[in-house]
Amino acid sequence: MAEAALHTAPTLAGRASDLLWRRQGLLILLLILPPALWLGIIYLGSLFALLAQSFFSIDEFSGLINYEFTLSTYAELFRPSNLDIIIRTVVMASAVTIAAAIIGFPVAYYAARYARGRWKALFYLGVMLPLWSSYLVKVYSWKLILAKEGIVSWLFETLGLTWLLEAYLSLPILGGNSLSVSWTGTFLVFLYVWIPFMILPIQAALERVPVSMLEASGDLGANPGQTFRHVLLPLALPGVVAGSIFTFSLTLGDYIIPQIVGTSARMIGQAVYQFQGTAGNIPLAAAFAVVPILIMGVYLYVARRMGAFNAL
Amino acid sequence: MKSFLKSCSAIVLATNVAALPVAAEMVTEIGAGEGQLNIVAWPGYIERGETMAEFDWVTKFEDATGCKVNVKTANTSDEMVALMNEGGFDLVTASGDASLRMVAGKRVQPINISLIPSWDTIDDRLKQAPWHYVDGKNYGVPYMWGPNVLMYNTEIFGDQPPTSWNVVFEPMNLPDGKPNEGRVQAYDGPIHIADAALYLMTHKPELGIVSPYELNQDQYNAALDLLRQQRKLVGRYWHDAFIQIDDFKNEGMAASGSWPFQVNLLQGDNAPIASVIPQEGVTGWADTTMMHVDSENPNCAYMWFEHTLSSNLMSDLSVWFGANPAVPAACTDGRGMQTAEGCTKNGMDDFEKVRFWTTPVTKCESQGECVPYYRWVSDYIGVIGGR
Repeated sequence: MAEAALHTAPTLAGRASDLLWRRQGLLILLLILPPALWLGIIYLGSLFALLAQSFFSIDEFSGLINYEFTLSTYAELFRPSNLDIIIRTVVMASAVTIAAAIIGFPVAYYAARYARGRWKALFYLGVMLPLWSSYLVKVYSWKLILAKEGIVSWLFETLGLTWLLEAYLSLPILGGNSLSVSWTGTFLVFLYVWIPFMILPIQAALERVPVSMLEASGDLGANPGQTFRHVLLPLALPGVVAGSIFTFSLTLGDYIIPQIVGTSARMIGQAVYQFQGTAGNIPLAAAFAVVPILIMGVYLYVARRMGAFNAL
Repeated sequence: MKSFLKSCSAIVLATNVAALPVAAEMVTEIGAGEGQLNIVAWPGYIERGETMAEFDWVTKFEDATGCKVNVKTANTSDEMVALMNEGGFDLVTASGDASLRMVAGKRVQPINISLIPSWDTIDDRLKQAPWHYVDGKNYGVPYMWGPNVLMYNTEIFGDQPPTSWNVVFEPMNLPDGKPNEGRVQAYDGPIHIADAALYLMTHKPELGIVSPYELNQDQYNAALDLLRQQRKLVGRYWHDAFIQIDDFKNEGMAASGSWPFQVNLLQGDNAPIASVIPQEGVTGWADTTMMHVDSENPNCAYMWFEHTLSSNLMSDLSVWFGANPAVPAACTDGRGMQTAEGCTKNGMDDFEKVRFWTTPVTKCESQGECVPYYRWVSDYIGVIGGR
């Protein structure tokens, strides 16, 4: 009866352990439940609270919030001045993203292919360093750089090119009284602040492109331009798209840069801040906050189709 | 043990419930301090010598009363209202565009002025100011006030200082011969619509504006039109006092509505800056210390009221913030650093010319129905966006 001796009465812990062994799904469920609850309550919960707010409206006369379901707040988004804000923000985010990709790609390429040892470390430091200092400090210093009596103007003056700067600033929309009160200024600061988020994913993608492929392309008679278009870019595209998600969404939501540098015309983030913070018009602020979520939803869907998340 | 705990919580609950209606009544006597005091205040309003050692009006109060002062700063009036709605605070330094909202929302309690020995030293013009005196009750103790002045660059204006707000509203050449376009600024807040309305009170009397904060649709539209004209002149609207200071230093700004705070700091830096109260008058702000309806530290709160009026607080704060004390004697009696000249510089003598900020509401006194504040916000965003 040795067999019977082995079958001692199982303890509670033992039984639980047996159960988890037999049903591995249960174990995973137990492990995942707390973070899932956290995400569900804190993250999705607040998101739904926001969504719910956007279906309320503000009473035209008393300024009090009317807690009844309505789509009128969303209709307000299509008023010319609000539509302006959305278009303005999307155009800016797109411009920043495209420019960041164009500038970031060669930098990332150099870092991935040619930089070695110490230079590589220096490169990383160079790209990351701006991220370590305070965001506000950077924006304020850019304001000084771009000011009418700032470094850029001084440089143009020293080179005798003031007329060029003046001509540029007299352009409609792009120009202004000085670079720091123009859309160009806002664009430059956005570009500077977000470009590390573009360079790093592109670099990661480029490092995964085997050199042999580029060599094979050359061996088969492709000129460098063809190699870039047909081999390198398609293979690195997931990295570019991943980077663009960062630059695009960060520009879409930012409300500090356009407040410090630019023409004072609102972007989405500022509109949310102001409607929520100073007007007490929480429904409209919520509706505004939904706009970037929708735009990013579409953007992420397209990005996923392009395989962007393989590079993350 | 469990039942003991239960009965304990029941007692606590019962006392809480019993205490609530009592707290809503006016305080009738000051007992011993509770050991702490929680204040919602504007940045820079409650200093304990941590920013600059000589500006300290908290330490002595704490030493004398044993009430530890905890400050929560708020950047806008709406943040203040939100914090007070949340509760957990004793006092708030509310501006006129927040104070009445809190009175109407029953977030603040009436003040028993007989418990504040120095009440009589308050400026007579502030004792029953409409932004805190409601239905015969004082809902707060006046704190500080200041005008929104016209700041200008003395090098550009030379010997012809501006006398009217027209330099920031109308396209024109400034005394240096160059146009004002791109060289003037305006405040980046919807309350600036009131400045436009104030300008129209003088220049378009046919509109019949009585108060710049009470505008009917026609008056409001006229103010917006003026602001649209101003948009063409303004490169960037100012939002943050320090950014405006920087703009006057580095962007060649000529003139803008501003606070004495910026003027003082720029002059302290030897920048060619001066300010004026133009002929149309100015808008301004007046703050009041108000007490939360459920304040848990009423004794400390009343001791603080007295402290604000009788100590070095108002005098030193007046220097620090470029504002005017609610107690005129604080300018002259040497209790702090402020002097009569300093107060004059901050606009102490121009009280009558100041139209103090109040929240525009639909039901307005002067003409029945006015455009409410939340529309000011969305329309001003439109104007700045070029609509």
